[in-house]
Amino acid sequence: MNQVQWLRSENFQRMLWPLMALVGILLFNLFFTPGFFHIEIKDGRFFGSLVDIANRAAPVMLLAIGMTLVFATGGVDLSVGAVMAISGAIAATVIRPDYVKGVLEYGEVQSLFLVLSIPLFFSLLAGLWNGLLVAVIGIQPIIATLILMVAGRGIAQLITQGQIVVFIHEPFQYIGSGFLFGLPFPIILVLLTFTVTYLLTRRTGLGLFIEAIGANSVASRFMGIRERLITLSVYIFSGFCAGLAGLIVCADIKAADANNAGLFLELDAIAAVIIGGTMWGGRFTIFGSIVGTLIIQSLTTTILTRGVAPEVTLVFKAFVIILVALIQSEKFRRLFSGRMARKKVPAS
Amino acid sequence: MKKLLQVVACIVCACMMIAGSALAKDKIVVGFSQIGAESAWRVANTDSIVSEAKSRPNIELKFSDAQQKQENQIKAIRSFISQGVDVIAFSPVVETGWEPVLKEAKRAGIPVILSDRAVDVQDDSLWVTFMGSDFVEEGRRAGNWLMENYDRLKNPDKSSDVVNVVELQGTVGSAPAIDRKVGFAEVTEGSAFKIIKSQSGDFTRAKGKEVMEAFLKSEGDKIDVLYAHNDDMALGAIQAIEEYGLKPGKDIIIVSIDAVRGAFEAMIEGKINCTVECSPLLGPQLFDAVEDLMAGKELPKRIVTNEGVFPAEVAEETLPTRKY
Repeated sequence: MNQVQWLRSENFQRMLWPLMALVGILLFNLFFTPGFFHIEIKDGRFFGSLVDIANRAAPVMLLAIGMTLVFATGGVDLSVGAVMAISGAIAATVIRPDYVKGVLEYGEVQSLFLVLSIPLFFSLLAGLWNGLLVAVIGIQPIIATLILMVAGRGIAQLITQGQIVVFIHEPFQYIGSGFLFGLPFPIILVLLTFTVTYLLTRRTGLGLFIEAIGANSVASRFMGIRERLITLSVYIFSGFCAGLAGLIVCADIKAADANNAGLFLELDAIAAVIIGGTMWGGRFTIFGSIVGTLIIQSLTTTILTRGVAPEVTLVFKAFVIILVALIQSEKFRRLFSGRMARKKVPAS
Repeated sequence: MKKLLQVVACIVCACMMIAGSALAKDKIVVGFSQIGAESAWRVANTDSIVSEAKSRPNIELKFSDAQQKQENQIKAIRSFISQGVDVIAFSPVVETGWEPVLKEAKRAGIPVILSDRAVDVQDDSLWVTFMGSDFVEEGRRAGNWLMENYDRLKNPDKSSDVVNVVELQGTVGSAPAIDRKVGFAEVTEGSAFKIIKSQSGDFTRAKGKEVMEAFLKSEGDKIDVLYAHNDDMALGAIQAIEEYGLKPGKDIIIVSIDAVRGAFEAMIEGKINCTVECSPLLGPQLFDAVEDLMAGKELPKRIVTNEGVFPAEVAEETLPTRKY
């Protein structure tokens, strides 16, 4: 495909508006927020607001990668925030099993393998539960995943007994605040997950199958696509991504906060996916969702560094997001250009 | 698990009440309606009230958990009235909508004590006293401690006579966040202490860390002091400061509120300089007030919880005595 064709391709066109919104926010900061683009190398690490944006967006990016695929099958996964809380709670409990009983001393240091694998196993299980409800039993996705969204946080609180479990575990903390090749490790994790997902869905037929299911699940079944199995695995994958995001957040603050970890992040992930240009049931773009997450996070970081009054922060955020969503709507754009075209008529 | 225990405790209480009703004539019966068990602070609050009641032989406590629902609290208060308890105490989950049930209590001649949260009613004769923390005072204490101790902690020969403070606010719109901000601003007004950045960290560690990170990016080494509305946010911010390459407690003086155990551990390591107490341990004060009331003494309309200010120097000796 030559360059001009690629610029005209539907994939690029769909990406254009979210990318422009992101560039717009960054440009605003370039002119009005001094030092925003300043990146220095401190102790062999990249350091600056831009790195912060990518690093803070990492958990939601992981959620958004999983959510994109779920969206493409025509579903939604509301439970990701709660699964994050569960996975963090389990990880902290594996490190300090007796903390909630009031024992403050550390026992022997747990192996990193157990600290990672047990929470991820339960995250997969959470995803399996969602998948079974949706794909096998046939409950509406929004209801099916609502169950775990509500119950999951309760489960996480049961695990930590309502306490914030703090811990010290150097190898595990690396997941949240370590650096590799000068970049924060969460960013590396996202890049890895993104690449694997991209290759799996775009270099094999899997992506098309997922889109087919989202567009018309009955027709895709008649076509010979194993619709149930794929839907099931998409929810399991989303659970896995949420579990990984939970580990990052938990390792970053060196504590499992079951009340607040991942709270309302499912909504951020959904917003990112929609801003990124993925439609409910059908064509999806993982890269778009990543851009969507970056838009939301650069907005947050802009607000924090510039010092917008906290009382109006949410209104400000909502305003920008609705603007981005509107620009993406073809009807809205036509309304605009239509009016301009009409104005032109008497002039000519 | 906690809830289950509370349910069991209620059943046990109920059984004891039936068995002991003949003997209970000389006991003061107190009905307490708790909000729920939504946070560690609240759990410590419940523990304090239940264990204090047990340790006083002349008190009989009827405890009811409302699970964050006002209708459950109203039901509990009505049942206390019909059982004819001597005193009703409760932590109102919301401020409004209490007039009818409080009027019923007044008609039945049962005094009502408000614990740690206020109600919004026209007629303040409907309740006897309101006990709990004064959030504005907590903000003032944090500010006063800072102004008294800042020069001692940070090199006083600093050429600039302005001290730059960044503030991590609690959840936007919540009473503790509003009041702690007001109290701190009140005492530091007109002084060298200037708040240069103030954002909400939602009372959580993760948000505290993220917001502090952004503060450090935009203000960097200019920041002299961090004032956090609770310890959890301060604990998150400490990590951001360390990752930035500064020393929390030395390069940046840190003052926060709540005095939870984690803050004491950080103070021992020298990473927090001072924490102002916001105590959930209302049990002793509550039952003192109940006994005074039954002895016919006049109670003040507002009882402020006995709370301390803990600088880092006393952390090591105080930590073992902390209950939450």
